[in-house]
Amino acid sequence: MSVSRAQGFDITHKRKLNIAALAVHGMMILSALVAVLVTVGIVFSLAFEAWLFFEKVSFWDFLFGTNWSPQTALRADQVGASGSFGAIPLITGTLLISFIAMAIATPIGLASAIYLAEYAQKQTRDVVKPLLEVLAGIPTVVYGFFAALTLAPFIRMTGEGAGLEVASESALAAGVAMGIMIVPLISSLSDDVINSVPQSLRDASLGMGATHSETIRKVILPAALPGIAGSLLLATSTAIGETMIVVMAAGLAANMTLNPLDSVTTITVQIVVLLTGDQEFDSAKTLSAFALGLLLFFATLALNVTALKIVKRFREQYD
Amino acid sequence: MTDSFTQHSPHLANRHAAEIRFQWAGRVAIFLALAFLFVMIGSIFYKGTGAFWRTYVALDIDLSKDAIDPQDLAGASYGGLVKKALKAKFPDVKARRDRRKLYGLVSSDAAFALRKWAEENPAELGGVRKFWFVASDDVDVLRKGGIDVEGKESDRRVSDKELKWVATLAAEGRIEQRFNWAFFTSGDSREPELAGILSALVGSAWSLLVCFFLSFPVGIMAAIYLEEFSKKGWWSDLLEVNINNLAAVPSIVFGLLGLAIFLNTFGLPRSSPLVGGMVLALMTLPTIIIAARAALRAVPPSIREAALGIGASPLQSTFHHVLPLAMPGMLTGAIVGMARALGETAPLLMIGMVAFIADVPQSILEPATALPVQIFLWADSPERAFLEKASAAIIVLLFFLVVMNLIAIVLRRRMEQRF
Repeated sequence: MSVSRAQGFDITHKRKLNIAALAVHGMMILSALVAVLVTVGIVFSLAFEAWLFFEKVSFWDFLFGTNWSPQTALRADQVGASGSFGAIPLITGTLLISFIAMAIATPIGLASAIYLAEYAQKQTRDVVKPLLEVLAGIPTVVYGFFAALTLAPFIRMTGEGAGLEVASESALAAGVAMGIMIVPLISSLSDDVINSVPQSLRDASLGMGATHSETIRKVILPAALPGIAGSLLLATSTAIGETMIVVMAAGLAANMTLNPLDSVTTITVQIVVLLTGDQEFDSAKTLSAFALGLLLFFATLALNVTALKIVKRFREQYD
Repeated sequence: MTDSFTQHSPHLANRHAAEIRFQWAGRVAIFLALAFLFVMIGSIFYKGTGAFWRTYVALDIDLSKDAIDPQDLAGASYGGLVKKALKAKFPDVKARRDRRKLYGLVSSDAAFALRKWAEENPAELGGVRKFWFVASDDVDVLRKGGIDVEGKESDRRVSDKELKWVATLAAEGRIEQRFNWAFFTSGDSREPELAGILSALVGSAWSLLVCFFLSFPVGIMAAIYLEEFSKKGWWSDLLEVNINNLAAVPSIVFGLLGLAIFLNTFGLPRSSPLVGGMVLALMTLPTIIIAARAALRAVPPSIREAALGIGASPLQSTFHHVLPLAMPGMLTGAIVGMARALGETAPLLMIGMVAFIADVPQSILEPATALPVQIFLWADSPERAFLEKASAAIIVLLFFLVVMNLIAIVLRRRMEQRF
């Protein structure tokens, strides 16, 4: 930043250069503006289409309705012509699958982060860390493929062997695959956070005679807690917005259930179902996808903003 | 005194046991995550490698003058010739339904292949000649062991009669597996044995090209602005928060944006790599900006000070001295961003790149699909042979991702050596 203040070196006489400089400067500002424009574009386009939707279906029916069966009538007098757009079953489905994912990813991600940061030798770290990152680099369509065609039949077989009734597109299969996908998100951020806890805290605790694990549990983790909470929030936001795994492995029927062996559907699945294939553009059915998109955008935005704030404040605390 | 040194209290033993358990919890967690990774990759390779081979059936085709008139190549019934050869091979198959099954042993492509051969080699017509035809997908799956031969006839796609025919052909050495070049040289098809990934690969390549040329320049300019020129204040804070949030917006939301703005407002062509690339560019932009800023920050201030000190303007200092040094780091970020864009599926579904595309797209305006979308389409198909194709397409996708990431790693190593 000190450089930018050294600008007053204007012994040049060439206007041409100044015009070029202005142009380059303008281009840079424009480029930076693109990022803002994208956000504005997202909010406005989603809000506009959602507005059209809420002219047809009341906002409260959408947010608190418990029945989701989006169909548009071919004829006006058809049975069930109105269709119903209650988002609650989709929200519970999304939360159920995200909860399963977090229940898998939190212990695995945290335990591996702690092990890598505190116990592992450098050689182990150098091998394991990139391997865990690979999990984050694999496209989600691959997780979806594995969840739908290997994991789901396996869970079904195991469950039925134990005498349980398991849907062929169980929430559990999608949740487990998603959980593994977000492990590296949690582990790498938590790893950073644990590493940035000052060594003096560790030394003090060990010097008092605490074992290494006691130091970690009673000193380091509490100190790192805000950062870890931030990473968990970011992971939750990713789980809620994840699309391909649930499109391929979760169901389409909007069941309102908390049973992980049942089939549920999610917000993202319904957006994909509503918007792929031929559709007329201003029907309530199509527009409802944008209302769902808006809901998804604000939910993830709230999580992200909170997470980033927490992480930032944590960094400032020890820097 | 000595007692407290030699005799451990049971309490201490418990504490040490807890220590051991704690360490093992970490090991088990890492093991679980990596085991999942290896099982997933392993199962996909196990399922997918088969698709790189394809089953062929040899038939003796009558090429005499009565069958194919050399003067009128287009007039011959090539499909009929293939059927005749099958009938001659199994003369005791009489019932209509059985006949139809018999003809189904070879792919519907056989007639086209025969015709193509005849048109290319008119001089070699005449007599009887042995041809290798692509087998149907059922025969292919059967030969690769994908059908439970012992099970009940009604439970499998292949009947007992078909099993017998295939066994007879195999015993005569008329069934062979060859490398499936067609998988890389043809587009999607309704017939699994003919389907390939070329159209999807080209669609992905076009989209990535558009994505790169939009997001890289814009991303770099934005990063330079933020890192080198903007003054700290509400404006740069706004940009910063904005970019960090965009990086965490679910990808499907970018797809919705593309659908509402690029397709419905601007009226750009649906399903085209142009729109696909634009959506992917918006999605990749935050990644590129963040990486580019890190690369700029890694350039030591002495470089800037030296440039300014000998009379360069801030712009000259940035573009002549800082930018070239930061370029490898920026490229690394761009490649990582491109790799993510290559694997992205959901936003492309939103803008209609999910259609059945058999032809290779010739430009960024033609309807196209992308590699991950092709995987999704094949995985969704009820036919078993397509699942094998989907796994093979995943292998190809992973191969590209590995290559891109290796390039990024090499670039990063180089950069690290510099400073």
